[in-house]
Amino acid sequence: MKKLLALGLLSLLLLVSGCPDTTSHSQGVYMLLDSSGTYKKEIKRAQAIINYLLGTLQPGDSLAVARIDSASFSEKDIISKMTFDRRPSMTNQQKRLFKQKVDEFVAKVKGSAYTDITGGVLQAVEYLNETGAGKKHILIFSDLKEELVKGHVRDFPIQLSGCKVVALNVTKLRSDNVDPREYYKRVDQWKERVEAGGGHWRVINDLERLESILAD
Amino acid sequence: MSLPEILIIWPGSPVLSLIIEFVIAILLLYLARGPAHKAIYSLSTIIHGGLRLMARSVLLGEKRVVERNREVLLATGAKAAERLIEREFYRVDAVVKRDMSGYPALQHKLGDQIARIDEDYRESTEVPVPSPDWVKAVDTLAKLPSKGDSWIANILGEIHKTAQAQYKNTMEEYRKAVSVRHSLLEKMMPYWRKLSQTLDQVDKTIIGLHERSKVIDNRMAEYEEIRNQSDKAVRTLTSSAMTQFFISALVLLIAIGGAVINFNLIALPMSEMVGGGSYIGNFKTSNIAALVIILVEVAMGLYLMESLRITHLFPVIGHMDDKMRTRMIWVTFTILLILAGVESALAFMRDRIAADMQALRQALATVETAQPVSSWIPTVGQMVMGFILPFALTFVAIPLESFVQSSRTVFGSAVASLLRLIAFGLRLLGNVVRYIGVFLMNLYDLLIFPPLWLENLIRNKEQNTEVSDIIIKEEVS
Repeated sequence: MKKLLALGLLSLLLLVSGCPDTTSHSQGVYMLLDSSGTYKKEIKRAQAIINYLLGTLQPGDSLAVARIDSASFSEKDIISKMTFDRRPSMTNQQKRLFKQKVDEFVAKVKGSAYTDITGGVLQAVEYLNETGAGKKHILIFSDLKEELVKGHVRDFPIQLSGCKVVALNVTKLRSDNVDPREYYKRVDQWKERVEAGGGHWRVINDLERLESILAD
Repeated sequence: MSLPEILIIWPGSPVLSLIIEFVIAILLLYLARGPAHKAIYSLSTIIHGGLRLMARSVLLGEKRVVERNREVLLATGAKAAERLIEREFYRVDAVVKRDMSGYPALQHKLGDQIARIDEDYRESTEVPVPSPDWVKAVDTLAKLPSKGDSWIANILGEIHKTAQAQYKNTMEEYRKAVSVRHSLLEKMMPYWRKLSQTLDQVDKTIIGLHERSKVIDNRMAEYEEIRNQSDKAVRTLTSSAMTQFFISALVLLIAIGGAVINFNLIALPMSEMVGGGSYIGNFKTSNIAALVIILVEVAMGLYLMESLRITHLFPVIGHMDDKMRTRMIWVTFTILLILAGVESALAFMRDRIAADMQALRQALATVETAQPVSSWIPTVGQMVMGFILPFALTFVAIPLESFVQSSRTVFGSAVASLLRLIAFGLRLLGNVVRYIGVFLMNLYDLLIFPPLWLENLIRNKEQNTEVSDIIIKEEVS
């Protein structure tokens, strides 16, 4: 009986101490914020989305928010990035800190002359691969109108296998109103590019349906 | 060549071709009627026989299951009855030990009380001192006429006075004696009362024992029924098992509800201990850890109930010697107490984490939210629940035992019913196949009715010819 009790306690300890699963169940989210002149005024909406993400993500998940400026393929454009602690209490503290950083950015954001979305996406892929997250989401909060600095090369395929790319709040530009085909062409081009890279493309313009952002 | 062209044997006239083919087919079918009937009959008979055989096998299996159920039911019933009778005997033994062990002292007490009463009674029956006989004589002398003689009159007067004085003395003594007797009788009263009370006690004990003996008689009668394997006993036990099954299932459902509440109390704080992001398979480690703790509590509860001999699920524990069993009781109780303490602490932690999360959500929400009323009542409530639920789960062992025991009978009956149903289905199917065979033979005959009609016509004609031949022969002869 003593042996039986000891075995029971041992198995309990083993289970409690954890034999972790090798497949990652964590999520990685990288959000790109377009800070170009025409889109800067939409940044408040992005703040609401970030707050939603902070409320939704679980301990062990990763979140990064970066701005899209003239040259976005750089760590300097990351406003805040965090892999949340395994303990819920620590996660809550980290989320508070994250929110603070985003709030500070929103308060003093300056518009950029160019919009390097591809560079931002490349940076996002790099970051998400480093986190080792099981589910990778790239959220592009932009009108998807890319304007590159002369000399920057971005017209090459992007490797996006395993990534879900969600374009949020893709606003219509003045020129789109003149010829709506431009809007559809822009969206379709990105879709093709993402899917050619092995990613999954989605557009969400109705920000009342935030729960569908991270949905499978 | 397409299929319709194959069928057209008379070029240019498909209808005629079809008629010819139909006639040929009917003729062929007529020629093959005998073997075809045999084939249909033998096929339906084979299937019918096979299905009947299968039904019989299933019924045999059902019979075995019923017999096994009966044996299990009677064995369980006999065991339960033995336990009940044993318990009744233990009670009688306890009553006898408690009350009857004092009987020598009680008897001594009763004897003492009776002796005292007897003594007092004897004393109270003593006759008072009678007046002396000579008083009567003196009294007679004193009442004699003096006849004018003053001397005699004086003597008689003196005698009378003496007699009167003597009478007074005697009466006084008599009254005293009566008073003493009354006081003695009065002293006897408490002894009588004590005696009455003692006898009442004895009466109560005897009545209690008598009632117990009646219960034992009833139990023994039930036991006899079970031992005789009577149908009445089987019916009673089956009904009892069904009732137990449903009641214990209901109680188990309630216990599962309690376990779910318990799980929710400790799952969140467990993530603080084992990490919220680690998984075992598709399940969060914190959830599994919480579940394991609850299951360990249930297991400890089972061991505790076994050690206390309330349940009898593990014979190994039941057969332990008393010293070992007592140790087991203390070990399981201590583990339960520790787990209850852990759960209480986890419940406290849960309250804190939940409050922190709520605060974060409010900070993240852009809208102004009402400040929640801070109170210690939910915290204390959760802690108390966390402490009590492990002990409450301990009692799951009792309905679990009833469920396990009664489920043998209930599932056995269900299996028997299912087998009966299968057997009925097989028999039905067998008969259906058999009659389908008959139907097919009739259908076959219906398809070839023209040649059959001709055959009947010719046969009847032949019969008529034969009959007329016989009549002619008879007439000639």
